[in-house]
Amino acid sequence: MTHFLPKGRALASALALSALLLTGACGKKKVDELPPAPGYGEGSGVGTYDPYAQGGSAYDPNAGYNTGGTGGVDTGPGSQADFLRSVPSDRILFDTDRYNVDNADMVILQAQAQWAMRYPNTILVIEGHADERGTRDYNLALGERRANAARQYLISLGVPSNRIQTVSYGKERPQALGSDEGSWAQNRRAVTVTVK
Amino acid sequence: MTSSLRKTGRTFLRTSIALTAMSLITAPTLAQTTEDEVDEVVTYDVAKTRTIAVPRLAAPQSVNTAAGSTDALSLQIAQVIASDLEASGVFQAIGPAGIKTPTEAEVTAPQFEYWRARNANQLIQGFVKVDESGKLLIGCYLYDVGFGSAQANAGYRVDAADWRRAAHKCADSIYGKLTGEMPFFDSRIAYIAETGPKGRRVKRLAVMDSDGANHRFLTNGQFTALTPRWSPDYSKILYLSYADGNPRIYIFDEKTSVQTLVTESRNPTFAPRWSPDGQSILYSMAIGGNTDIYIISARGGTPMRLTTEPGIDVGGSFSPDGKQIVFESDRSGSQQIYVMNRDGTGQRRVSRGSGRYATPEWSPRGDLIAFTRIAGDFRVGTMRPDGTGERLLTDSWQDEAPTFAPNGRVIQFFRTEKGSGETSIWQVDLTGANERKLPTPVDGSDPAWGPIRP
Repeated sequence: MTHFLPKGRALASALALSALLLTGACGKKKVDELPPAPGYGEGSGVGTYDPYAQGGSAYDPNAGYNTGGTGGVDTGPGSQADFLRSVPSDRILFDTDRYNVDNADMVILQAQAQWAMRYPNTILVIEGHADERGTRDYNLALGERRANAARQYLISLGVPSNRIQTVSYGKERPQALGSDEGSWAQNRRAVTVTVK
Repeated sequence: MTSSLRKTGRTFLRTSIALTAMSLITAPTLAQTTEDEVDEVVTYDVAKTRTIAVPRLAAPQSVNTAAGSTDALSLQIAQVIASDLEASGVFQAIGPAGIKTPTEAEVTAPQFEYWRARNANQLIQGFVKVDESGKLLIGCYLYDVGFGSAQANAGYRVDAADWRRAAHKCADSIYGKLTGEMPFFDSRIAYIAETGPKGRRVKRLAVMDSDGANHRFLTNGQFTALTPRWSPDYSKILYLSYADGNPRIYIFDEKTSVQTLVTESRNPTFAPRWSPDGQSILYSMAIGGNTDIYIISARGGTPMRLTTEPGIDVGGSFSPDGKQIVFESDRSGSQQIYVMNRDGTGQRRVSRGSGRYATPEWSPRGDLIAFTRIAGDFRVGTMRPDGTGERLLTDSWQDEAPTFAPNGRVIQFFRTEKGSGETSIWQVDLTGANERKLPTPVDGSDPAWGPIRP
């Protein structure tokens, strides 16, 4: 075998060289650690919506909501607790791969819209979810599509668009944990959460 | 194995390329192979495997290094080489346990009778030493036991900490020599490490070598991390994080752990992919429930929208020449695979079978597209870029998200267990044979196989 190189070219220098080349190749660097969390809503003074906020368990979908500065949990008018008391459901469900809002969903969303109109200082965050029987990227898109379907209907009922945010969790946060049709049906959902 | 010898100058060239980037040393008293012998290559019959003996390396003097004594390394290196070759599915490895350890003199003058008696077709011997600067010198010799002749050899001079890379390079050179395929062992995997119960899964960005070694968590699990992809030079990883509460794609710099947003947008961005030259990034973005695919310079700037159909256009993977993109879309009513030119023109559907098709990945060789087929269960398969020649490689409840080895001959994917939701990373070769689970410290998903290291 004849392809031996001179001794001097060590691996370390080869690696160092490639590292140098890389630095040149990648432009966008010197930005701080993480981008600041965007406030929800256009420049409103709404508390940051951070489902991962400390205090609650990191993966409780409801942890961290209503952290708008009040010390304890707000259960008064316009609170999330009030919202849950006032509407038939905080969520609508979808068929496999579907995202249409059906008649039963409309009844639920109409109640949510009425509540939202009553408390104009609240923001609605609609979480879109998919069941586990989909691929990851597609489910992120599908969750967004479902959340948006609920959002569009709420807007059509008169809730200002700048008060309704969406976030997709794809298949990352199942509500029901079984691998069966009943569980999947519960997981294909758009859940409305309110932020005061 | 029906092995025929044929001349091919190309194979010699390939081997050279694979080895030159690593520093090579001149090993003492090599059994010189002639140019003619080097040019010969044994064609590989996939239906059968060859037995290859991998004894412990000779360590003439035990010297302590940052990675342990050369005596200990002589065994560990042989174990890595044997494990690589065995994992390829092409070879049945014997040793290093249970067979003799050659002396230094034997490394270049094997006792072929001993190896014939153990039914070895091939023999790998080597040595490990330390040079005056403290670097490891590792020699790697391949012999044909039947012919009693030398087939190839290579030497590597590496920092002690990189001893596994030298072992992988040795295995790669032998794999290449005996199969005519490009190397793939000296490469890395980025993936998502998963812990916790199904309803409260913690997902962390993690990296490891192709064999699971040198494992490292890159994020702490505070924010869900998904779908990593290595930059072609291994310096950065594109991935999705919920760091600001929303799905957004970031470029994570492995050396500094600094991450930057790929694009400033109030809309969710996901499914990030590098172009083969690392200069561009594909991503998907949902606006008003409609998801399309965009391309942006890796340095930032103004993105260009590539798809405009109503529906979900998502994912994407470049052809190796960077001229085409395979992606998935549900514009027909269900997830299917499409191909388009790099500028978004010429969009055409290529998946034709029954069921849904998702997560297309273009092979680095260009000859195949791997996908997830959803028809009841999720199975991983391949098809030609024109949609013909479909072949399913796995059969389980939920196998998803194939990623190609750098040589395009092996595919990794992840498997989800029904009920528990536990995940694991698996690999399978293009024939659907040799399926095996990768060792990961915790559950794993979303594997992304990087290129061969220089």
